[in-house]
Amino acid sequence: MSVLEIKNLQKTFGTLTVLKDISMTVERGEVVSIIGPSGSGKSTLLRCATLLERIDHGGLRYSNVQVAEDDKTGKCVYLPNNQLRKVKSMFGLVFQNFNLFPHYSILKNIIDAPICVQKRPKEEVVAEAMKLLDKMGLESKADAYPYQLSGGQQQRVSIARALINNPDILFFDEPTSALDPELTSEILKVIRELAMEHMTMVIVTHEIEFARKVSDRVVFMADGVIVEEGPADEVILHPKQQRTQMFLSKIIAER
Amino acid sequence: MEMLPPLAKGLVTSINIFLLTLLCACPLGMVIAFGRMNRHLVINGPIRLFISVMRGTPLMLQLLVVYFGPYYIFRVSLAGYPPFLAVIIAFSINYAVYFAEIYRAGIQSIPVGQYEAATVLGYSKLQTFFKIILPQVIKRILPPMTNETITLVKDTSLAQVIAVAEMFTIAKRLANAQSSVLALAVAGLFYYIFNFIVAMVMEKCEKCLDYYR
Ligand SMILES: Nc1ncnc2c1ncn2[C@@H]1O[C@H](COP(=O)(O)OP(=O)(O)OP(=O)(O)O)[C@@H](O)[C@H]1O
Ligand SMILES: [Mg+2]
Repeated sequence: MSVLEIKNLQKTFGTLTVLKDISMTVERGEVVSIIGPSGSGKSTLLRCATLLERIDHGGLRYSNVQVAEDDKTGKCVYLPNNQLRKVKSMFGLVFQNFNLFPHYSILKNIIDAPICVQKRPKEEVVAEAMKLLDKMGLESKADAYPYQLSGGQQQRVSIARALINNPDILFFDEPTSALDPELTSEILKVIRELAMEHMTMVIVTHEIEFARKVSDRVVFMADGVIVEEGPADEVILHPKQQRTQMFLSKIIAER
Repeated sequence: MEMLPPLAKGLVTSINIFLLTLLCACPLGMVIAFGRMNRHLVINGPIRLFISVMRGTPLMLQLLVVYFGPYYIFRVSLAGYPPFLAVIIAFSINYAVYFAEIYRAGIQSIPVGQYEAATVLGYSKLQTFFKIILPQVIKRILPPMTNETITLVKDTSLAQVIAVAEMFTIAKRLANAQSSVLALAVAGLFYYIFNFIVAMVMEKCEKCLDYYR
């Protein structure tokens, strides 16, 4: 069974329909990159999938949990709040600006939610968090505070925070856009390592070369619809749709 | 020397006004701040008006209204309505309004990403507010709160208009009786020391929160 299924999703802000009938399935272990011009609705799609925005129409399913779907009258209904909280441990989201909690130490940033929300035993969570920090090369920073870390290090902490509940799927929204170019590679390396461990991931990115190398599938979005999708090499090297070709040639020209 | 005991007694009254006002105004300010930030105009409208009136009129006038209002406006005579109580009510409401605006600015200065990160991690609304947002708000509002608190120390002297025997009332009485400003000078010194201590305590609090940025 697929890890994530989005079905005929529609999202409107006021009079602006930002997502028009988006359908997308992500299989276990798959890495999907979403590319597309600014304002095409990539972030909104991730925000809908991670329950930061309510969808207006359509279905959203994580593994065997149907989170939202249209009822007979066409109104989209969500699971009750107490069940949504459980769903939130099934995915993780890595933000562009990290959004670490500045008043918590690095370790506490990672362990607080599993302990206070998921009610997992503290010793187990701490041990796991230390393992994750170790993997991110940050074991010496457990007691530091976010302001004492570089942007790249903060982003690695936020990845660890997203991984602590062993989510089925991890979303990234332009994880390197807020970073200096020389810090970008350390984050891309972490994502590549996760891909090799078969972590299921959906990555919104402007790093086309990276998207091609790391992902199994690339989705090209424009104006709230999926214009083209397919194997990474195919979409990026041999796009079929004119809209995709234009977008990619513009990006390459900017280099 | 013989003026010290009455002055000290007045000082105790001033300190009581100060502490009781803080105790009431801090939580009340939170309630007003949330009313002000409420999405519905029926709630935030009246609160905006209230804030605007309370900030736009003198505290001394508000004090008179709270004390004499029940009789002169509503013709209710409250037997044994102590002026001290009127002072606490008027001060608490007035300061709560100022605190509310400080809280609101503090809460609204927290980046929306903090709420989003907390939501995605599954924190409930209450957990998000008390664990993630409030601690950061407190750090940000301490400097303006220090200013208000110091102003409050000096404002306690306004209680004289309804004859509450706080330090300034007594100093004035002594100065009249002795035809000398000495009592007023001593009272001034006391106010200064009082504020010096207040500022020191607030600075200590700020230091305590210096561990993060
Ligand atoms: N909360 C909101 N209210 C109103 N409009 C919104 C809101 N969020 C996004 N939009 C609009 O939705 C459209 C899609 O925005 P979105 O952020 O999803 O684009 P994006 O593909 O992520 O772009 P970028 O590459 O610049 O990040 C934009 O036109 C944006 O102005
Ligand atoms: Mg975006």
